[in-house]
Amino acid sequence: MKSLAELQKLRDEAKKKIELRDGSGDYRIVVGMATCGIAAGARPVLNALIEEAARGNYSCVIAQTGCIGMCTLEPIVEVFDKNGQKTTYVLVNPEKAIEIMKEHIGNGKIVEKYTVGTVKK
Amino acid sequence: MERIHALVCAGTGCTSSNSALIVEKLHEEIAKLGLEKEIKVVKTGCFGLCQKGPIMAIYPDKTFYCHVTVDDVAEIVSEHFYKGRPVTRLEMSDIDEETKEKIFEISKIRFYAKQKRIALRNCGVINPEDINEYIAKDGYQALGKVLTEMSQQDVIDVIKKSGLRGRGGGGFPTGIKWQFAADQKNDEKYVICNADEGDPGAFMDRSILEGDPHAVLEAMAIAGYAIGAKLGYVYIRAEYPIAVERLKIAIKQAEELGLFGKNILGTGFQFDVEIRLGAGAFVCGEETALIMSIEGKRGMPNPKPPFPAVKGVWGKPTIINNVETFANVCQIILNGSDWFCSMGTKKSTGTKVFALGGKIVNTGLVEIPMGTTLREVIYEIGGGCPNNKNFKAVQTGGPSGGCLIEKDLDTPIDYDNLIALGSMMGSGGMIVVDEDNCMVDVARFYMDFICDESCGKCTPCRIGTKRMLELLTDLCEGRGSMETLDELEKLALSVKETALCGLGQTAPNPVLSTMRLFRDEYIAHAVDHKCPAGVCKKLLTYSIDPDKCKKCSLCAKNCPVDAISGEVGKTPFVIDATKCIKCGLCMTNCRFGAVVRN
Repeated sequence: MKSLAELQKLRDEAKKKIELRDGSGDYRIVVGMATCGIAAGARPVLNALIEEAARGNYSCVIAQTGCIGMCTLEPIVEVFDKNGQKTTYVLVNPEKAIEIMKEHIGNGKIVEKYTVGTVKK
Repeated sequence: MERIHALVCAGTGCTSSNSALIVEKLHEEIAKLGLEKEIKVVKTGCFGLCQKGPIMAIYPDKTFYCHVTVDDVAEIVSEHFYKGRPVTRLEMSDIDEETKEKIFEISKIRFYAKQKRIALRNCGVINPEDINEYIAKDGYQALGKVLTEMSQQDVIDVIKKSGLRGRGGGGFPTGIKWQFAADQKNDEKYVICNADEGDPGAFMDRSILEGDPHAVLEAMAIAGYAIGAKLGYVYIRAEYPIAVERLKIAIKQAEELGLFGKNILGTGFQFDVEIRLGAGAFVCGEETALIMSIEGKRGMPNPKPPFPAVKGVWGKPTIINNVETFANVCQIILNGSDWFCSMGTKKSTGTKVFALGGKIVNTGLVEIPMGTTLREVIYEIGGGCPNNKNFKAVQTGGPSGGCLIEKDLDTPIDYDNLIALGSMMGSGGMIVVDEDNCMVDVARFYMDFICDESCGKCTPCRIGTKRMLELLTDLCEGRGSMETLDELEKLALSVKETALCGLGQTAPNPVLSTMRLFRDEYIAHAVDHKCPAGVCKKLLTYSIDPDKCKKCSLCAKNCPVDAISGEVGKTPFVIDATKCIKCGLCMTNCRFGAVVRN
């Protein structure tokens, strides 16, 4: 390392790697991983989210949770923004998960067609 | 992408309760479920609450598991990591005093709520064996700032203004020490980090070096820049193998990145750090003895002046600072002296790390702003004495310090207040003593330690402490009288005045302090030949109350020396005083309270 600028660049890269310990990501994505979720295919959804997150430049943490209570609509993915606003996506599959990742986390646009409000109508 | 970081404490405390095996098992279980890519297992430094170790922290959930065993790992991985259901039975929790409900949020748990972590800020947060994690936490930014924006005098001025005082015990202002060394005209100067932590029960320096070694190394380089030194030594005892290993890794990684060596960050500044291992002699924590030891000589102190800042290692100007002192430096540089002064009291700024031990519920490391009261530390953070026993005293300052009692508990902790109360801050060991401890025995313990550790160079310490130990032993074994007390006091005062170095001069403190505060107990030993706390074995007698004895023979069965005789169901049992070794097993085993200790 030859300069302070190089050190700062290294710091910014390193910060990203431990971001999830600070809880400083813009979004928190939660996948329902109870028995009902797993049976409905939550695991491939979680995998797809993680793979997509690794591919692109997203600021988020991915976590999982237990049963959300709408077992017939599993797999369920909840997205919390920085203000704690929650969007609930239901009947998610890996393809939908990637789309949600790209549109919602990447571009900040809620994918209305997969949200619980739209699907249940 | 990783979605979970599992941080496992790899400090000495948790390592000794098998945290290394837990890490191994975690990797194994995670691999079984194919979660390797999404879950990162990190070995980290001390979380402070050693009592509840091994500790594991799970992010981003901020779940803290305590008392984790290897057998719990599979459940944590399958339930928490895979299904997202935290294993509640292992979670660290506390009871909210108002609502009486369980709380899991770490910042609200009483042990952590009053703490302010500066020296320990990265312990339990980063992997100490990965320099990138330290850099992510603004590591080496302070060094960068110093080298590019500040003059040598600027650095010294900031440290002076911050009011930082030596955390190793003496409390000497760090900035002034640096100024002395900087003012010396010499091409060759040295920076030494004193990691020869020797007080019984103190382990903050070890934890800092194990959890955040770079913070100390970076500060040494800053000190080097400030005084004009190119080489630093970390003098550390070989009894701290984990800390030594992490230091070695840290130095190597910093060298590889060009943060140590020649032309650091392209500024032309050169600095290197070497490790010197000590053999664990207490006296080598004394700076002149430490210098002798670094030079390869027998570790014995020399008279001061000349002070090391003028004539130190290899006869050159040297500054010696304690680990915890250095651990504060980078934060002061980055956040400014006003920020540091905003914590603590007027003459003792910042925070202090204490190692809580002895008869206290939460043993472990706590970092609190100066000015916090002893009561807050012992009762709110430490949880008070276990088993509803009564608090008797707290010993601070190790073998150089003294005791504080109930009436001192509301005093704000700082350097000057503790000295005014007849004790001292010391390196931060805090040993709590309850009603079951004998103060004469406590004083004897410290004197025994000092006798062992006296280097023998000066007569008062070599012979004086030995004689004091003999007198204390006489008291504990029933050979004392009032004359013993007078002699002990006289001897203590003369050793205090005539010993060569700090070790000898302060060695009588535990005796003088306990004699002053617990004179009754000393008199009971000297005159009545009784130990009120029931600790000094030679002064105890055990007997069986024939009216209470149910003739069950349980006492006799448990007696290791067959000193108890009687006939089951027929005659009450009797202890043969000539055979009894006063182990107390009969008393613990009797279900009817028939065994009496006098």
